Amino acid sequence: MNYSSTKRALAVLITCTFLSLPYGYNGEAPHKPNAGATILPQTKPDNGPQAYPEDVPSNLPVFTMDYPRIQIPFEITLWMLLASFAKIGFHVYHKITIWVPESCLLISIGLIVGAIMHSVHEEPPAVLSSNVFFLYMLPPIVLDSGYFMPTRLFFENVGTVLWFAVVGTLWNSIGIGVSLFAICHIEAFGVQDINLQENLLFAAIISAVDPVAVLNVFEDISVNEQLYIVVFGECLFSDAVTVVLYSMFTFVAEMEVVEPEDVFLGVARFFVVGLGGMGFGVLFGFVAAFTTRFTSKVREIEPLLIFMFSYLAYLVAELFAISSIMAIVCCALTMKYYVEENVSQRSSTTIRHVVKMLGSISETLIFFFLGVVTITTEHEWNWGYILFTLLFTFLWRGLGVLVLTLIINPFRTIPFNMKDQFGLAYGGLRGAISFALAFTLPDSIGRKQLFITATIAVILFTVFLQGISIRPLIELINVRRTNRDVETINVEIHSRLMEHTMAGIEDLCGQWSHFYWKDKFMKFNNRILRRILIRDSRAESSIVALYKKLELQNAMEILDTVSGDISAAPSLVSLQGEKKESTTPKKTFMAEDLKNMHDLLSKNMYKIRQRTVAFTSKHALPNDNQPREILIRRHANIRRSLRHGSFQSTIPRSQKYFSLPTGQNLGSKYSSVRRRYADDHETMSEVAYPTRRSRFNQPKRSSSGAMMPLHMLETLKEVPSTDVLNESQSESFSKDHGKPQTGSSYSDSRFPTHRRHFNPPFDNNNGSADDLRNEDEAEEEQRRRHRGALRPPPSWAAEPRDDALRNPLLRRPQWNPKK
Amino acid sequence: MGSRASTLLREEEIEEIKKETGFSHSQITRLYSRFTSLDKGENGTLSREDFQRIPELAINPLGDRIINAFFPEGEDQVNFKGFMRTLAHFRPIEDNEKNKNPPATEPLNSRTNKLLFAFRLYDLDRDDKISRDELLQVLRMMVGVNISDDQLGSIADRTIQEADTNGDSCISFQEFIKVLEKVDVEQKMSIRFLH
Repeated sequence: MNYSSTKRALAVLITCTFLSLPYGYNGEAPHKPNAGATILPQTKPDNGPQAYPEDVPSNLPVFTMDYPRIQIPFEITLWMLLASFAKIGFHVYHKITIWVPESCLLISIGLIVGAIMHSVHEEPPAVLSSNVFFLYMLPPIVLDSGYFMPTRLFFENVGTVLWFAVVGTLWNSIGIGVSLFAICHIEAFGVQDINLQENLLFAAIISAVDPVAVLNVFEDISVNEQLYIVVFGECLFSDAVTVVLYSMFTFVAEMEVVEPEDVFLGVARFFVVGLGGMGFGVLFGFVAAFTTRFTSKVREIEPLLIFMFSYLAYLVAELFAISSIMAIVCCALTMKYYVEENVSQRSSTTIRHVVKMLGSISETLIFFFLGVVTITTEHEWNWGYILFTLLFTFLWRGLGVLVLTLIINPFRTIPFNMKDQFGLAYGGLRGAISFALAFTLPDSIGRKQLFITATIAVILFTVFLQGISIRPLIELINVRRTNRDVETINVEIHSRLMEHTMAGIEDLCGQWSHFYWKDKFMKFNNRILRRILIRDSRAESSIVALYKKLELQNAMEILDTVSGDISAAPSLVSLQGEKKESTTPKKTFMAEDLKNMHDLLSKNMYKIRQRTVAFTSKHALPNDNQPREILIRRHANIRRSLRHGSFQSTIPRSQKYFSLPTGQNLGSKYSSVRRRYADDHETMSEVAYPTRRSRFNQPKRSSSGAMMPLHMLETLKEVPSTDVLNESQSESFSKDHGKPQTGSSYSDSRFPTHRRHFNPPFDNNNGSADDLRNEDEAEEEQRRRHRGALRPPPSWAAEPRDDALRNPLLRRPQWNPKK
Repeated sequence: MGSRASTLLREEEIEEIKKETGFSHSQITRLYSRFTSLDKGENGTLSREDFQRIPELAINPLGDRIINAFFPEGEDQVNFKGFMRTLAHFRPIEDNEKNKNPPATEPLNSRTNKLLFAFRLYDLDRDDKISRDELLQVLRMMVGVNISDDQLGSIADRTIQEADTNGDSCISFQEFIKVLEKVDVEQKMSIRFLH
């Protein structure tokens, strides 16, 4: 069953390991060609005549093997595959991932592999040198966090985030360092030789918080946004602070005497480093954004640009020894807004995916490696020191959170209550960064092994204990959540109504930010920055006006050609008239129906715009709401424009809805996936991938889908691509074809959602979907008979996404404050 | 400048609005500048078109209804006072307001009034009941085109069934309040107005 397939996966894993073992791990460091490179694989079965060169090969060797040549990339790839198999293996059994955070699982696998290696007396690959870590493994992780940081939420809480990150980390480091130094004096522990600097260094290392596991849990239970963003942001920036402190303290640790002026210099350096990092990041972000303005003809290199610029920001910051993490994060933050507007949809998706992928790989590898190293290195265990470290870690974190919250709460609009604080304190897991920093300590530190052991102990403890227990605890203490109280349909619907309302009111007031200067920034942005950095930064509203006008025009045309009245949205009267069984007040709803309803609603209700929904997961890609928004806007526009004529008469249902034009391909190019209010762990929500054929290929609905001929294509100069058309004819769709569409454009997201309706990844709906579909097919027949004079129009094809950008009408809505 | 002068906000107006809505002085002035920027006709009132010009509101599924909520019965123009009065519903409820003795008239941003605002978004004909059709309309707006009428109808039926306690297959305001009692309406329906 599921368990056996986990075992199978595990077996595959172990087999892989075994296969690799004989090849002798002698270091995967890419820039360290290793000594044992010329190991000929004795155990590999040969299929043919081998040619062991004795003196000079007399004949042409038919079959040779040259392992050393590929050894380094080969081993790297194997390790990565191993880690990926591990990841796959976890998700086989779904329950595991709910209760046990992924990092735990990765470490466990690492432990197992380490145990295997240890038992065959292999050394783990000496892969984790300082350079490898800092130059290759850390940037993807940080870029991942930075790129998917929910910007609005972040900037609303930037003060709090920075406060906790910077001051909190400092507090932790100094607190732990000093207290450890204090206990060092106790003779019984035998650690007197650790001086203050080294203690501070160690403390800095273990104050780097890495609450990945916690973030996942927070997301799952939809904890309130403030808490989420503070934890997220703190993680990111505490890394930056820790790295800075680390380099500072390493330097200091090697100095014999610390003068007071050194302390002052240290503080000054801190600021230089932090602000310098930010400055560089922003600079590179702007340059990247500017460059993407010109890439409309060379779309393929757009993702490359993004990565190169971010990486460049990182490296240049490293060059000047300023905070590279800050640089890359600020670069990503700055870049994202402008780049997402300039690049094509596909590039945007590619960028997101690759960023996620790289980050994921890095993190996985580090945790994995952690597990392996735990078993295979020699540890120096010191009960006293390590236990006290654990104690102080908790103590200082708890204290820190309390004190800091106390100070910052008056400045917050939504203050943190005790439960939030508990979540914050308990969520302070340690992770990858701490480990890597400890591992790459310079050897001049006398007690390096002890530090490594202690760090590993703290990490294991926090990850396993806190990681596993945080979920039940948070649920138990009932931390304030964001609207996921979906026990009744009522709540779901009304909450959504409220959210839409709030989004609307916020727009009305022209504010979505907390700070006044943000307002100013937006003005500056619109006037200057956007002009420079974005290719096509026309003001939106004039286009909307034009669009409205044209669509109104077309609607009028339609009216003239069609014999009958049309109403855009299901009108009150017609709904009433049509409904046969509108008077069954007390239908009994089975639980399954209810569940289906929930699913339906959650899948189909319009998402609140990105601005108010901010959850992104570290392990999953955020959903892309923008195409939907375009649709919503068109929908509303059409509706409005059509409402100008009075379309209230009762017409047969068949003609009531605007639907897709003929042969409209509902299984269009865009496959979108479930969109939930708070993102769940689905990762693939691209919108611009090539068509996925629907599973439910209903060929019958050819032209019957079209209820309204739509001519407007030409006027709007959208390019129906002929291949899409052909596709569409061969693959038409039945269900919900023409449900209330108003007029034209239902291109993009509608179709995939139709298809999605048939393709629910979680097949709860299938039962009811099928039933309903059958029902509707019967109605369909009826409808077709009514159709009469409707002629299939030149179709509106789902224009290729790239063109969407050329057509400004399809551009994503931009915030355009009219002040 | 002549015509503008008459639309500038006078101190006593600010005081009045402050008393009625509870906004602070700076918030009122800020919202006033927003009001004037929306007011293209510069006549001191906003019409529906002014609202519809806001692009983000246009893409809101409930945009029309929200706009409608600003205009009192039958009127087509809303002045600044009316604007503020509606916006006052969304002021956050402050803690000290909860503890103080409730003032004579309930403040505009009380929980009940917030819920009333939401209720009125459904209840277009103002009969203090959300009928099945009204519910369906709003649902349809929020849900888009992917759900068939029948399914939506079932959902609406279920909604009414859950909420309806007196069996009239409509949701009255009291039932509405009851159904949302566990929901943190104060937080959901508040925005932080800039100072």
